[in-house]
Amino acid sequence: MVRTRRHTVLPGFRLTMGYTIFYLVLIVLLPLLTLPIRSWELGWSVFQATVTDPRVLASYRLSLGAALAAAAINAVFGLVVAWVLTRYRLPGQRVIDALIDLPFALPTAVAGITLTTLYAPGGWLGRHLAAWGITVAFTPLGITLALVFIGLPFVVRTLQPVIDDLDLEIEEAASSLGATRWQVLGRVVLPYLSPAWLTGFALAFARSVGEYGSVVFIAGNMPMRTEITPLLIITQLEQFDYARATAIAVVLLLLSFLLLLLINGLQSWAGRRLST
Amino acid sequence: MSIEVRNLNKRFGSFVAVSDVSFTVASGELFALLGPSGCGKTTLLRIIAGLETQDSGTVLLSGEDATTQDVRQRGVGFVFQHYALFRHMTVFDNVAFGLDVRPRERRPSKAEISRRVHDLLGLVQLDYLHDRYPTQLSGGQRQRVALARALAVEPKVLLLDEPFGALDANVRRDLRRWLRRLHHDIKLTSVFVTHDQEEAFDLADRVVIMNRGQIEQEGRPAAVVDDPATPFVMNFVGNVNRFVGTVSAGRGHFGDFAVDYPAHTAADAHAAAAYARPHELRVSRTDAGNGFWTALAHVTPAGPVVRLELKTDDGRLVNVDLARSDFDDLDVRPGDRLHVSPQRVRVFLE
Repeated sequence: MVRTRRHTVLPGFRLTMGYTIFYLVLIVLLPLLTLPIRSWELGWSVFQATVTDPRVLASYRLSLGAALAAAAINAVFGLVVAWVLTRYRLPGQRVIDALIDLPFALPTAVAGITLTTLYAPGGWLGRHLAAWGITVAFTPLGITLALVFIGLPFVVRTLQPVIDDLDLEIEEAASSLGATRWQVLGRVVLPYLSPAWLTGFALAFARSVGEYGSVVFIAGNMPMRTEITPLLIITQLEQFDYARATAIAVVLLLLSFLLLLLINGLQSWAGRRLST
Repeated sequence: MSIEVRNLNKRFGSFVAVSDVSFTVASGELFALLGPSGCGKTTLLRIIAGLETQDSGTVLLSGEDATTQDVRQRGVGFVFQHYALFRHMTVFDNVAFGLDVRPRERRPSKAEISRRVHDLLGLVQLDYLHDRYPTQLSGGQRQRVALARALAVEPKVLLLDEPFGALDANVRRDLRRWLRRLHHDIKLTSVFVTHDQEEAFDLADRVVIMNRGQIEQEGRPAAVVDDPATPFVMNFVGNVNRFVGTVSAGRGHFGDFAVDYPAHTAADAHAAAAYARPHELRVSRTDAGNGFWTALAHVTPAGPVVRLELKTDDGRLVNVDLARSDFDDLDVRPGDRLHVSPQRVRVFLE
């Protein structure tokens, strides 16, 4: 806050800062604050019992684990997709490009039903996978798959402008100095992309943690095995047990927040190396 | 290492970038590719480096056909116009990059790399900035880091694309002097691309002047300036006055003056143009013969040379450069009548 005292050429620091804080409080913080307040009604021991219930703990593991796995998968393949879409001219480029956004636009329940139809043991793909001994629907694998589906646009869309911005001369310079293609990618290209890449990863992860619609159908919702946290919350809500629902949510929120903080820290570390 | 380019051709779609270009750069030479923007000089340099592939023709490095070698195998150091430094690496890491990426069996030890990088940074006088990032450097410093980075891999040839293009005039002059000295010291075969004729003539042992993908003239700077082979070169290397007329029976007639033109002996007239540089015209207050009258329109007293802008009676502009003392002796003001007689002209048929 030393900054406010310093005179800068650009005016409006106090105004914009004030506005930003006000807006964040109104839109983000205020609704979120009601969560701990609501769950406070339970009292500490009930709260503790609720969130350490084995069924709830299993759902945290599943929700966070599947979200992390899906975000990681998207980080790898989303990078490839973004790279190809930016660097190469393909036939039907615009159509392919528009396809990327479909998971954004599709009602998630529709996505869930579609995926379940495909991967259910008797479905188009599930049938053939079953022959290989792989079951997708009603397993954590299926949940991860649904989360990969909805998370892809986040990675692709955050990376595209950065790849577009990447100067071809940088890569040429690296190869003229004797670097192999892999060295060019690993030592030059990826370090450039890493801040945006982490952002994409964080967005995909954050979206996946809270995802409900596309997952519930393919998850099968077996307690302890394929029950995601958002489902547990909804279940509590349907029993009008708002306090318990918010208690479960508060912990999930805290865990996600910690993970996002970690990713942000990594990102600013990567970004600092580029921007200094 | 020598460079030989034979019958090189390159098109981008319907645009002909390089058309049947051949030349040789001797080992240890500092060679310039000079031409206006879009003349194909950068494409040519990129083909030599292996960053672009030719449609036909060959590039020989040390007499060996390099056509099938990619940029990694050619052993060329390439300096990009906008430096292309790695932003996420320090100056030290940028210069060390070419050594770091070598396969283990050819990679020098860490201590050896460090020694060589510091030597090179000393050579470009930037060792004190070794832990900075490229964005913290000025343009001229970045250019020198790019040069040190290219030299670190001990290239057999150094290729520079518009090495001073993005710098301001003062830095450019310093860096030019510095590069000349560097080349004198390390004697590395070097080719640089430029659109600035002064830069090319100042630095290069030999130049090639290109226009629309073709070579207009090749030679030592003095020869190119004194004896332009084509009207394009005449126009490109310095200011010039052009007079249209005809040639017939060994003589050229250009309005009020005439010159010998032994190359064309036929009696029928052929369209031609005579070119004279501003300092090759003599002005006087009296009729000196074989010339024309003009009125003084404008005087630019820039330093030791005074530039006069003269207007002929039919309204054409003629530029004349005059030594300051001669101008003072002449004692003229705008509006005064002056007689102009060309002392030296070059005639090209049209």
